[in-house]
Amino acid sequence: MIEQEFDAIVVGAGMSGNAAAYTMASQGLTVLQLERGEYPGSKNVQGAIMYADMLEQIIPDFRDDAPLERHLVEQRFWVMDDTSHTGMQYRSDDFNEAKPNRYTIIRAQFDKWFSRKVRQAGATVLCETTVTELVRSASGKVIGVRTDRAGGPIYADVVVLAEGVNGLLGTRAGLRKMPKPESVALAVKEMHFLPDEVIEQRFGLQGDEGCVIEAAGTISRSMAGLAFLYTNKESISLGIGCLVSDFAQTMESPYVLLDNFKNHPSIRPLIAGSEVKEYSAHLIPEGGYKAIPQLFGDGWVAVGDAAQLNNAIHREGSNLAMTSGRIAGEAIIEIKGRNQPMIRRNLALYKTMLDKSFVVKDLMKYKDMPALIHTNSLNFFMTYPQLMSQAAQNFMRVDGTPKIEKEKATTAAFIRARSRWGLISDVVRLALAWR
Amino acid sequence: MTMAVTKLRVEEKLYQNRYLVDPGRPHIKVRPHERPSANLLALTHICPAKCYELNDKGQVETTSDGCMECGTCRVLCEASGEIVWNYPRGGFGVLFKFG
Ligand SMILES: Cc1cc2nc3c(=O)[nH]c(=O)nc-3n(C[C@H](O)[C@H](O)[C@H](O)COP(=O)(O)OP(=O)(O)OC[C@H]3O[C@@H](n4cnc5c(N)ncnc54)[C@H](O)[C@@H]3O)c2cc1C
Ligand code: SF4
Repeated sequence: MIEQEFDAIVVGAGMSGNAAAYTMASQGLTVLQLERGEYPGSKNVQGAIMYADMLEQIIPDFRDDAPLERHLVEQRFWVMDDTSHTGMQYRSDDFNEAKPNRYTIIRAQFDKWFSRKVRQAGATVLCETTVTELVRSASGKVIGVRTDRAGGPIYADVVVLAEGVNGLLGTRAGLRKMPKPESVALAVKEMHFLPDEVIEQRFGLQGDEGCVIEAAGTISRSMAGLAFLYTNKESISLGIGCLVSDFAQTMESPYVLLDNFKNHPSIRPLIAGSEVKEYSAHLIPEGGYKAIPQLFGDGWVAVGDAAQLNNAIHREGSNLAMTSGRIAGEAIIEIKGRNQPMIRRNLALYKTMLDKSFVVKDLMKYKDMPALIHTNSLNFFMTYPQLMSQAAQNFMRVDGTPKIEKEKATTAAFIRARSRWGLISDVVRLALAWR
Repeated sequence: MTMAVTKLRVEEKLYQNRYLVDPGRPHIKVRPHERPSANLLALTHICPAKCYELNDKGQVETTSDGCMECGTCRVLCEASGEIVWNYPRGGFGVLFKFG
């Protein structure tokens, strides 16, 4: 039984929870962090690209000892149909800088490292502990938590809900609604191990350089979805995710999509001969700005995936999680410094600060994207990828057809598939949502 | 593709994973029903660990040993009361080595 009353309890030791706990503990607050996994990271899944800037703001010298896999020098975007991919590729030696901007990581290892930093900063971290309920005062303020360990409730001035996308506590306490099937994606992933020199050879990399591929197209079988392939030091992470609502409607099996992606002629040679060591699944919040729930209340704040803070268009989540965790921690420190109670009115500071950050500004920019993609998935993920492949092949294949006729055939194929008006309206709607 | 083939395929994948099963305490239960709803039926295809299966009476059953705790079934079927979903006790369930 824990008798002590804490300044803050953090539920969850993922990206957002670790950022919040570290920020508060390093400023001298008494912090208890509770994690249901055997060790931090044992329940967490990510691609995973980690964005340095957001971690640097929390732990400036993280490069000294964080488990980083490769720094990214190359990014490929692929539109795939069943036998081909049409791609855009960006590679730059500028990314070989003293303090690289993006790294691949392996979450279980990264989370363990981050958690060590949290402990060193002075927080108490308890794993193998599932928080089962929020405890409230007579007036309804959250004043602590109950766990599945023996003993009574544990009390704190404020509870930081960093419980991830499938956050039971917040939804069961009525603080937010359960995510809708159309605002979460189900992603499945595998870890493929290969010797580092093989990875470097196949992707043209030297030393710790890394390359990532983001792919969309017929591999998601007309569902709104994305696939990825990221190089780690001695492994390749690859996976595919689609909206849960689309899965429910099409009844496609995620592992079949994953195997099809792995067997695609553009992917197969990249992972040939690898040893698979893990298969994982996780949800990703994709509802964007319009899906952000209430972020604070009497005695609580919500951060990271639990608050749907995820930018699906840019595949950023961990950085929004870290930043929202840090900002929540800073707001709590500020309120405590003023000797004010952790009530709704004061905790609104967290949202005010978050609104000014890139987190909310980026999500706001793409606020119309999720609905557009959800309602047009057949065109964006099936029809256009096929048309692009046909157009590219038509352009490249030399078969004696006059070029003018080839161009006419390509234009006609686009119009046949989507009509002139359909094409124009797709472009306009996409441009408006992107703006 | 036949059910048997896909089942084998998933089992091979899950075999790579580490789990600590809490014996006799399944964290997901399906409420007894006559006919499954469309969403409940969909779970027999879309659960990434293939934890849901149709029995010969046309009802959906679950064995959550291979569950990766993704929450997909919760998002689709908890609100309607067709399933009851809780996290395993602390320390139990899937243990990702890499994640
Ligand atoms: C396949 C995939 C690929 C991705 N790729 C990228 C990428 O490349 N780059 C990127 O930036 N983002 C990526 N993301 C998103 C990123 O992983 C998330 O945004 C990020 O992990 C969110 O962090 P979090 O701390 O909010 O939640 P999580 O990391 O999910 O942490 C939540 C924690 O809370 C714990 N918990 C939950 N409930 C309880 C409870 N009741 N009691 C105790 N503990 C509890 C969980 O065990 C977990 O440790 C990806 C996600 C997926 C699924
Ligand atoms: S939580 Fe995910 S893996 Fe577990 S039974 Fe539900 S859908 Fe399947």
